[in-house]
Amino acid sequence: MPDSTWFFDRRFRLAGTALALATLLAMSGCSDLGVKPWERDQLADPDMQLTVSGVDAGLDDHIYFSKEASSGGRGFGGGGCGCN
Amino acid sequence: MQLTNSKKNGKPVGRALAAATCALLGVQATDALAKDKPGEWDVETALLVYSEADDRVQAVEPVISATRNYDGDRKLNLKLIADTLTGASPSGATPSDVPQTFTQPSGNGSYDVTAGDAPLDDSFKDTRVALSTSWTAPLDRDYTYSVGAYGSREYDYLSTAVNGSLSRYLNNKNTTLTGGLSLGFDLVDPVGGAPTGLSRMPLKANKTGTQFDQEFADTRETDDTKTLVDALFGVTQVINRRTLMQFNYGVSYSSGYLTDPYKILSVIDDASGANFGGNLIGSDSNPVYLYENRPDTRIKHTLYWQTKYMLENGDVMDGSYRFMVDDWGITSHTVDLKYRWNMDKSYLEPHFRYYLQSEADFYKRYLTATEYNGGTPTLSDASADYRLGDLTGLTFGAKWGYHLDEDHELAIRAEYMIQTNDGDQGFGKLASQDLYPDTSAMWLQLSYSF
Repeated sequence: MPDSTWFFDRRFRLAGTALALATLLAMSGCSDLGVKPWERDQLADPDMQLTVSGVDAGLDDHIYFSKEASSGGRGFGGGGCGCN
Repeated sequence: MQLTNSKKNGKPVGRALAAATCALLGVQATDALAKDKPGEWDVETALLVYSEADDRVQAVEPVISATRNYDGDRKLNLKLIADTLTGASPSGATPSDVPQTFTQPSGNGSYDVTAGDAPLDDSFKDTRVALSTSWTAPLDRDYTYSVGAYGSREYDYLSTAVNGSLSRYLNNKNTTLTGGLSLGFDLVDPVGGAPTGLSRMPLKANKTGTQFDQEFADTRETDDTKTLVDALFGVTQVINRRTLMQFNYGVSYSSGYLTDPYKILSVIDDASGANFGGNLIGSDSNPVYLYENRPDTRIKHTLYWQTKYMLENGDVMDGSYRFMVDDWGITSHTVDLKYRWNMDKSYLEPHFRYYLQSEADFYKRYLTATEYNGGTPTLSDASADYRLGDLTGLTFGAKWGYHLDEDHELAIRAEYMIQTNDGDQGFGKLASQDLYPDTSAMWLQLSYSF
């Protein structure tokens, strides 16, 4: 259907634009952002890891994978049927 | 006397110094304990108990994850998960003002649903065992690679995948660019065989055993497969001493058998008369239910943004947002917030998650007799699986952890989720039925790390 194709295309274009903007922002801002090597004390704290517990994240990801139509984003998830 | 750093957790000064040294060397710590000691195994164990309301899915899931650290940079992780599922799952059929009988997926029996009740298939029981492994190591000062493999086995499903990623450090390791690829291959072997999409569910009433067996065999296909290709591109950026951000873009392509073999649709009589809005009755005097059918390809695009921020007092805020869009017509938004409140030897972490999803183009709460068209449906794909409909999910939870000592942590986590659906409210007799019951679930997890 032309209408739905247009709709998808528009949404994909939106997603693409958002991605390009985010990348551009990240890349252009990179030179001004960040810390010196000796300023990493807080960033090195284990609580500042992006994923603090891989086990918690894995269990939750599998629950949501089985109960919603979305998955992933953070990384590659596990597989399975997720039928129930 | 043990020297402690009173500002943050009361962690021994030695540990804080070790963490700072790791940071200077650009080594990423991976867990909340004094881990990453070369030559040692770090083990995380957990037991999850998952329970849905109204006698729906119940699961028990033990996990063990072990990471061997070789020399600070090279790491091997092995993870084993087992789960046992019982309970009932919505079949996709609509409730009715009369009792309904459905054939079990195996074809070896049937289950009854009381008038007005949501049709739940309570015949499933499944056990899953999943094993995954990954290896991470530096290539040189600026590059790190990771390779991994995954395999899981269910009674009716085999899933396998391999993945690899490469990370490049820039700007004194303040920026990390990562690209990754995952290839998966699944084998689907449903109980009773995969039903032909949009074929009629055979019902035993008014038939001989032979007639039924023949009808059942006619609606079956052979085993089927699914292939998955996932690509992920990410930028991780240190913003300042307290803030870390990550942006990911992921694209996922799946093809093959993407239908849920256990889900069905009711066909509703839309001809004016006494049965307007009731189940359509076929020529065998039984109601008409169809097995669902989904497209055989799907492309998903995902944008993910996460920020971690450490407050002056050492507490940590963790927020993320995910946007997903696919060519099935589904878009979704996910917001996830955590706050880690660090105390002397313990921490408390409240959690909130919001999920909003729009329905797939082929999502139909039911099919009308007109769409059924006497056995030649006017649609090529249709599913009444509530997970493909308009859906809102809310999760509230909290985790409490206690550091027994430098190497041992005990934690308990509880989460409560409620999902609500909305959509077409039906017509005639169907309009008085609850077509979108809420789904609520809670899970409790006990973890021990050493």
